[in-house]
Amino acid sequence: MRALGSFARFWWDFVVGDDWRIAAGIVVALGATWFLVDRGVDAWWLLPIAVALLLAGSLWREVDRRVEEPR
Amino acid sequence: MNTNTILVALGAFLASAVEMVEALTIVLGVGVVRGWRAPLTGAAVAAVTLGALVAILGPALDSIPINALRLVVGALLLTFGLQWLRKAILRSSGFKALHDEDDAFREERERAAGAPHLKKAGLDWYAFTVAFKGVLLEGLEVVFIVVAFGSAQGELGLAILGAVAAFVLVAAAGLLAHKPLSRVPENTIKFAVGLLLTSFGCFWAAEGAGVDWPADEASLVAVIAFFGAVSFVLVRTLRRQRLVSAIAPVDA
Repeated sequence: MRALGSFARFWWDFVVGDDWRIAAGIVVALGATWFLVDRGVDAWWLLPIAVALLLAGSLWREVDRRVEEPR
Repeated sequence: MNTNTILVALGAFLASAVEMVEALTIVLGVGVVRGWRAPLTGAAVAAVTLGALVAILGPALDSIPINALRLVVGALLLTFGLQWLRKAILRSSGFKALHDEDDAFREERERAAGAPHLKKAGLDWYAFTVAFKGVLLEGLEVVFIVVAFGSAQGELGLAILGAVAAFVLVAAAGLLAHKPLSRVPENTIKFAVGLLLTSFGCFWAAEGAGVDWPADEASLVAVIAFFGAVSFVLVRTLRRQRLVSAIAPVDA
């Protein structure tokens, strides 16, 4: 059981990494893209914008964390 | 051969080169202290394991419909690529320490010198396992990138060729130099790889979700330019933020 947990943790760290919110945001953005395409909107612009915002948000959280850490 | 195909080969080459430089440092660090037989055997066994993974995964992915494959592979590549890009931006803006092969080499040598001598299967077990794990873990990223790039673009052979070229180049350079390749601009290459992984991932994932890009395949270059511009702005903004906050870079 412990080996299975370690295996799952390894792959989680490998793919998702430090910020799970990025992975969750990508899933939501892809779902929204699919939804819009399904309704006839060619939403090619949605994913690049969402990714840029997710990246900026993740970096800001990291920087805030480091600024607030006691030195 | 179109631009996207060239970028697939370039991405596989750069990602492989940068990971192999790190793997080489581990093997060299152990080898100079404990002798060469066990670490070279460990590295060879890991290389064969990685080759087998590519041989199994590559053809298996070929049987999946291209849109479903691009959606899943694109989403994974995007998530994975954003990790690289995020770290690269933190490094470039000074919030994270730059990766230094000379430091990594010194630490590896110190660990190797202090580790117990235990023989298994006629090999120095510490040297074998460290080299095996080092090459396997660094190589897993290469396998992931090569298989994802190759299968989603339908150019697995070319992606493998890019990785093999990087392996030959890094191994030859390591053999000649007999020390870590610290002059390779690793941090810049990692930035470029992060940019390529993120852009390809975004392009393919959106296609898999049903999007028609305005300029078809040529849109990829615009996506790369867009994320390049976003990264540039983020690095500049974070640099200013760091100067205001006076924060020192950290390793983690």
